[in-house]
Amino acid sequence: MSRNIYSALLIFAAILFSFPVISQDHNHDGHDHSGHNHDDHAGHDHASDQGEHGVSCGHGDEHHEYDPAATAIHHISDGNVLSIFDYPLPLPMILKSEAGLEMFMSSKFGAHFAGHENGEKSYNGYVLYEGSAHRVVDAGFPMTGSVDLGHGAFTHQVVNIDGKDKTLKYVCYENKPYKIDARTTLDGGMLGGGITSFWDLSPSKNVIAMLLVSLLLFFLFRGAAKKYKEDPLKAPSGVQGVLETLVVFIRDEVAIPFIGKGKYMKYFPFLLSIFFFVLGLNLFGQIPFFGSINATGNLTLTMVLALIVFILVNINGKKDYWQHIFWMPGVPGFVKPLLAGVEIMGLFIKPLTLMLRLAGNISAGHIAILSFIGLIFIFGDLYGTLGNGIGTVLAIPLTLFMMAIELIVAFVQAFVFAILTASYIGAAIEEHH
Amino acid sequence: MTGTLAAVGAGLAVIGAGIGIGMVGGKAMEAIARQPEASGDIRSGMILMAAFVEGAALIAILLSIFIR
Repeated sequence: MSRNIYSALLIFAAILFSFPVISQDHNHDGHDHSGHNHDDHAGHDHASDQGEHGVSCGHGDEHHEYDPAATAIHHISDGNVLSIFDYPLPLPMILKSEAGLEMFMSSKFGAHFAGHENGEKSYNGYVLYEGSAHRVVDAGFPMTGSVDLGHGAFTHQVVNIDGKDKTLKYVCYENKPYKIDARTTLDGGMLGGGITSFWDLSPSKNVIAMLLVSLLLFFLFRGAAKKYKEDPLKAPSGVQGVLETLVVFIRDEVAIPFIGKGKYMKYFPFLLSIFFFVLGLNLFGQIPFFGSINATGNLTLTMVLALIVFILVNINGKKDYWQHIFWMPGVPGFVKPLLAGVEIMGLFIKPLTLMLRLAGNISAGHIAILSFIGLIFIFGDLYGTLGNGIGTVLAIPLTLFMMAIELIVAFVQAFVFAILTASYIGAAIEEHH
Repeated sequence: MTGTLAAVGAGLAVIGAGIGIGMVGGKAMEAIARQPEASGDIRSGMILMAAFVEGAALIAILLSIFIR
């Protein structure tokens, strides 16, 4: 029974905890680190356009030259719309601010085809900028109902506060800039997101991806289970064959060597759940033109997975495990407190690296692909249409190569996650040497 | 300026991890060449060790992101 609880807990908690997104907001500071201020060449001659912030309107973000870093960050971030071939599919919004809780569909933001996931309308003071919801904080903006903003209404400015570059974002309405806030994050702004005026509890595109992958896995495995129930001795056919290979691989290469032949069955379903969930999301993120989903590259999701592993390992820890952490046997007395300190740090570093490894590898792969595609626009900025051609010729083989590598990485990272989980469990439940 | 230094730090960490993973992979290949029948065990050990080496580098990269 307990194994089913772990599996259910895994999926449920991953979906539940991932609503407020951390990693999205890590990147806010780095949004424009290449250093060019989007507005310092925006023409100070028409001073009448300028608001109290020194930001001028009438020059939307889209008219500026291509910024590879910002584009990559935008595409690996979570979002409130799911873009299929640049068509923004609306998702539900659940937003909480001092004005109260609001629920609506993100189609209210009026994002159009090929509109870079920027909304052309505001709804109750919320706007959609680069795929995620922001809230207008400056007074004077109409905070109720739908307001037409028009095309290219967003602009941003990099300012230096206390020696750190911060990106401030603005929405233009009737030629006046209004400051907009990004969502408040789960960490309360500790990791750089900043404390802002609203909470975004929406099921974002990562949550949708997780639900889709969970459903897909459910139906695939149910089909395979049915076939085994009918005739366990019949040779596997179709999807069942792939699943059997992977399940046997996890059993023989991960569970039995690291946990032990007698004890592995208690943890095997958990290992399989975590392996297939991570593998499914890794592969889902590889589908081109489908929302540029980066679910396993999102620190929040991997944090929840690592947290579940951490809890599982430590509630199953036997006496020997805790003894080796707090009072290492077999070393001189004066070393024991030192080792205890190191081991207690190790207790937390293990899930931390589990979290970072998966998110880092998947995000890095996506950034590499996006950078190669960005070659088209970088060359285009330099040499016009000819440059676009050169960039395309360079980008296609490089991108194909990178995507092939990413398929391997998707499998290897899911495998590494499972194998490390198994080794932590194995170390925790070992009885004696 | 701090941003540039952090980037240099991340780069140094990656050099370290590169050397480490290269050594893990190289030695594993040598071991497989010596004893091909043990290749399965060696491969899973290799991946595990590479993952640990990578973990140290990832902590350094994360620190350099947050310090920026």
